[in-house]
Amino acid sequence: MTDAAPAPAVEVEHLVKRFGDFTAVDDVSFTVAPGELFGFLGPNGAGKTTTISMLCTLLSASAGRASVAGHDITTQRDEVRASIGLVFQELTLDDYLTADENLRFHAVMYGVPRSELAARIAPLLEMVGLTERKGQQVRFFSGGMKRRLEIARGLIHAPRVLFLDEPTIGLDPQTRAHIWDYVDELRRRESTTMFLTTHYMDEAERCDRIAIIDQGRIVAIDTPDALKAAVGADAVTFATADDARAARQLSEAFGVEVVGQNGGLVVRVPDGEGFVPSAFGVLSVGVQSVSVRRPSLDDVFIKYTGRAIRDAEAGAGDQFKMNPMVRGFRRG
Amino acid sequence: MDASTAGRPPTDAAPTPVSAAGATAHRQATLTRNGRTIGMVWQRELIRLRRTPTRIITGLAQPIIFLFIMGAGLGQLIQQDVPGGFDYQQFLFPGILSMSIITSALFSAVSIVWDREFGFMREMLVAPVSRTSIVLGKALGGGTVAVVQGLILIVAAPIVGVDLTVGRLFLLVVSLLLLAYAMTAFGMVMATRIERMESFQMVMTLVMQPMIFLSGAVFPLQNLPTWLSVITHLNPATYAVDLVRRSVLPDAPGVEIAGWEVPMWAEALLVLAIGTALLALAVRLFSKTD
Repeated sequence: MTDAAPAPAVEVEHLVKRFGDFTAVDDVSFTVAPGELFGFLGPNGAGKTTTISMLCTLLSASAGRASVAGHDITTQRDEVRASIGLVFQELTLDDYLTADENLRFHAVMYGVPRSELAARIAPLLEMVGLTERKGQQVRFFSGGMKRRLEIARGLIHAPRVLFLDEPTIGLDPQTRAHIWDYVDELRRRESTTMFLTTHYMDEAERCDRIAIIDQGRIVAIDTPDALKAAVGADAVTFATADDARAARQLSEAFGVEVVGQNGGLVVRVPDGEGFVPSAFGVLSVGVQSVSVRRPSLDDVFIKYTGRAIRDAEAGAGDQFKMNPMVRGFRRG
Repeated sequence: MDASTAGRPPTDAAPTPVSAAGATAHRQATLTRNGRTIGMVWQRELIRLRRTPTRIITGLAQPIIFLFIMGAGLGQLIQQDVPGGFDYQQFLFPGILSMSIITSALFSAVSIVWDREFGFMREMLVAPVSRTSIVLGKALGGGTVAVVQGLILIVAAPIVGVDLTVGRLFLLVVSLLLLAYAMTAFGMVMATRIERMESFQMVMTLVMQPMIFLSGAVFPLQNLPTWLSVITHLNPATYAVDLVRRSVLPDAPGVEIAGWEVPMWAEALLVLAIGTALLALAVRLFSKTD
């Protein structure tokens, strides 16, 4: 109230969570500005959900400190809880209650006055397109509808920060796109600070800033554009009749590093499209194909962790299958 | 507040109180929120019961089978009247009411395990309400469901020849409430310790059946072999069942300890005390689970 500069919506300093010998979150620090859409990108098991659980006071931190909406997560649990909305990775609706009842239940727990209930619920249902369905029991809803209802539920008490833990996991591409439309709409209308975790690159792209998290540590944090720019160059891939000779010719002529990858040659240069014609000028071997690719967050992830996010995930896959919540959710 | 929150509806998320008046208002808001939460959790249990009518039917089927089929079949084997001068079915009636209450009160705690398994528990745990309110709401809900099922069975009283006066009916309802209270609390304690659905059902069977059969619900406790008599006297459910029975059958002999007939008010106090202790334990255990 007296601060001139807007206080950060989320402020994390050297946060650690250990489970026995295993360190799930390892000395993580970052801040999220008010109104920002902030993303945690990382494979399953990287520590994303553990971090969110600590910020939402569902887990206690082993070390370090953090505040959400200006409240300390250890000493002001109730204040933190009252200022956040949370959409869990697994569904947490009561299937036997109607959409409306689920929302009311939530509103009561967050102390929304009875007189305001209807006025809060109606526009949110409208926004997520469930007005017609409000009297129906949730067990008749599709996975996407349930998720939308959960997002609406997380907003009833007008939270300062909305946490979305893998909001589109297990949904088909079309429904995912829909959810994102709602998220965008929400940002336009409410300017709520949003903190989401994802392991989808395209979702991370939409964030104002992202933190790449791997094995409990933040390995990079910036805007998606800045992160990609840091990787630097476009990747130009050549498939030639004689890769060895072509590699020699390219590196002699341009002084670039040429890497054999996926049965082709990859050259990283700042201006890929401009590079292709000059390359043809020096190459004396037959070229079968050329492609130019701008750096993606995948490249960023590889740069900082040394492996692709898909490979990082392969190891964590089993854990995912064991989670009955996710299983049940995917079925729906 | 900073610029980004301007123009948004004010949250009820009470900010850190700055003055004494603020602190009082904050406490008031917290109390109201918790009070309304208890009501909401309670209401949710009733809504769920109403939406799953099969639960009501299965809950009634077992006691009815016991009362009419076992009651009639076994009653015919029993030549003499049971102590107090009743026939077996009359004797069995309050026992079956108790059994029905015990079963549904204990199983109502399943909703905690269920909520945990299906994720709804997390939605409640992350809310700015105390865990005590959640447990109290659950216990109230479970108790209500149990009592409602017990009350439905009362219509069977005239069929088995049990006369109900207004006074007896009043005593009966009070004792059923007490029994439901204690048993729901007991179920809550177990539910806080049990993670999975399967283990809950196993524990229930191992705990519930002996407790019912050793409580005098289905056979009189007079003239039992010593070992059995000792166990039944140690079983707290015995006193609750006895209380229910003496409410509707005033001539029934009460439980005796070394020749002293335990008065009904003492039984009522005992059940109330045990229930309260168990509920307090449930609240404690539930607050500790992460």
